[in-house]
Amino acid sequence: MSYPDHIRDQAEQVMRRYPQGRERSALLPLLHLVQSHDGYISEDGIAFCAEALGLTKAQVQAVSTFYTMYKREPAGDWLVSVCTNTLCQAKGGQKVFDALADDLDIGHDESTPDGKFTLEHAECLAACDYAPVVTVNYEFFDNMDEAQALELVHQLKEGKRPIPSRGAPLCTLREMSVQLAGFEDEREVGLEGNAQGDATLAGARLAAEAGITAPAFDPTAPLVAKEEAK
Amino acid sequence: MSRVTVPGPRRPSEDVLNKLKPVITKRWLSPGAWRRDVYEQLDGYKALRKALTYEPGDLITFMKDSGHRGRGGAGFPVGMKWQFVPDDGQEHYLVVNADEGEPGTCKDLPLMMNDPHSVIEGIAIASYAIKANRAFVYVRGEAVHAARRLRGAVAEAKEAGYLGKDILGSGFDLEVVIHSGAGAYICGEETALLDSLEGKRGQPRLRPPFPATHGLYQKPTCINNVGTIAAVPHIVLGGAEWWKSIGSENSAGTMIYSLSGRVKRPGQYECSMGTTLAELIELAGGMEDGHELKFFTPGGSSTPMLSAEHVDVPLDFDNVSKAGSILGTTALMIFSDQDCPVVACWRWLKFYQHESCGKCTPCREGNYWMVRVYERILSGTGTPADLKLLTDACRNLLGRSFCGLGDGATSCVTSSLKYFKQDYLDYIDGHKQPLFDAVQIGAH
Repeated sequence: MSYPDHIRDQAEQVMRRYPQGRERSALLPLLHLVQSHDGYISEDGIAFCAEALGLTKAQVQAVSTFYTMYKREPAGDWLVSVCTNTLCQAKGGQKVFDALADDLDIGHDESTPDGKFTLEHAECLAACDYAPVVTVNYEFFDNMDEAQALELVHQLKEGKRPIPSRGAPLCTLREMSVQLAGFEDEREVGLEGNAQGDATLAGARLAAEAGITAPAFDPTAPLVAKEEAK
Repeated sequence: MSRVTVPGPRRPSEDVLNKLKPVITKRWLSPGAWRRDVYEQLDGYKALRKALTYEPGDLITFMKDSGHRGRGGAGFPVGMKWQFVPDDGQEHYLVVNADEGEPGTCKDLPLMMNDPHSVIEGIAIASYAIKANRAFVYVRGEAVHAARRLRGAVAEAKEAGYLGKDILGSGFDLEVVIHSGAGAYICGEETALLDSLEGKRGQPRLRPPFPATHGLYQKPTCINNVGTIAAVPHIVLGGAEWWKSIGSENSAGTMIYSLSGRVKRPGQYECSMGTTLAELIELAGGMEDGHELKFFTPGGSSTPMLSAEHVDVPLDFDNVSKAGSILGTTALMIFSDQDCPVVACWRWLKFYQHESCGKCTPCREGNYWMVRVYERILSGTGTPADLKLLTDACRNLLGRSFCGLGDGATSCVTSSLKYFKQDYLDYIDGHKQPLFDAVQIGAH
């Protein structure tokens, strides 16, 4: 079990976020952290978390196997998730998944032999207004059809990094796992990544075009009657 | 069957446009509103300054007066929840539930990404009211951009003295941690969320005791949905009467209605509480060409589906409940005559089967077996007895598990059998093309 110093430093920083004596709260971020190093939850990663938090390996494994985002096999640089839940499916999500599975020649939760791609069908990604949605390392590619999804994967195969509809410019899954462990995106472009699309702004735009605002208010009005306030 | 088709998006009528009430979404059109400087120019952190001039107890009274109810699905009165946290000198916590992931929901992610400081400001006010010095935001793991923006907002707020020690000279201290989950829908259930935040498997706890007295680390804890919290600064600035004046009876304020599916312009529409589906569809430019409304969920997949006859039900807590469903998260998934309610239920149940934490037998086994019954029906080998079997399974599931996930799973089954039994019978009687080959999927 050998993790480099920077991982050990980061682990300590993670543990300090939680109240003293409550360090076990750091387990989920620590699992993201070891995944950032190994690309999956390895035996070493489990042992590392167990040692850091004074848990048994069985306790750590019980947790790591509960959550979908902890991968049990080495995952690819690009985790392609396709929502195939009811609404995305109605709008063509399953067809998108099938096209990608066919193109990459892998099924759900499988990776390409070159270690570049992992494909999964995802349960609702909370973007039904952009159905069907695909994410790459959890950044959104909205309103996808089969041709667009195939083009996205082809660009990744060629070493390009297509810009997500919403989210930051792509980083690898390992790099993303550092952020999931609770560290800020070190890239300035990360925070600036676009967060909007037509659906996000549909109501706000309609209101603005019609000149509609919420009823006016007096920001100085007291919250409670004067005699009530202590 | 005649189809009502609306030709092209058209401008909604004035009456319907006036249902729009941009409050929570008012900054979304301002570029860079996720940055502190822009947020401050748009009334940002004024509510915190105002709140800090009151005693914590006054804020709780105020929140009760405002009629503000939780936006996470249950609609619990927020002021009452704050009051439940005992003020006995023990360490206690505010936990914000930002684990959005119920099929249909898509309003919290845009909120966190576009206006993260409103969440942070709401947290500061709520924590001050309940006298908590530590707050945690449990963000859905997959919501990476939302977490990124929230972390950025925490750092910016700290720099400006809105978080940290002695906030704005008030003597009040607050640390906020943004904690990413790891992909488990069940962690949106508040006690499962607490276990997950404690570094365990996300499984719900038996209640009582309730989180208000035995929550995070068995200490008093207030758990609020992120949308609930983000509304707090607006309410503090506008006042209780203002907030009540926007909504309907027993449902104060605005609600972000999330429209998805067969409408021309899916998206987020913030309106006064009590807006109807007919009005919302008009706002969204009408149904897609060639599609006629058949069924919809008023608030996500866990709320019983309603049918076209319910388009004029005011979508607020009381009226949706009277119509036999739940307002939930106002995640309106809109399906047409070209969508099949049986297929929709099958896919939702596969979701519940996957997301059941496995703790309670009725939920773990019930969902597994219901999926199989649906596959039998959809492969054309079902029998009328299967419908009774589904009804029985739901009866044995509803109310028999620790948390609401199992209950939620029965919603679509029971409601679709109520409104669309014929769609089931069409598969059983061979009037409809089977979705799968029975042999291939192993249905028997």
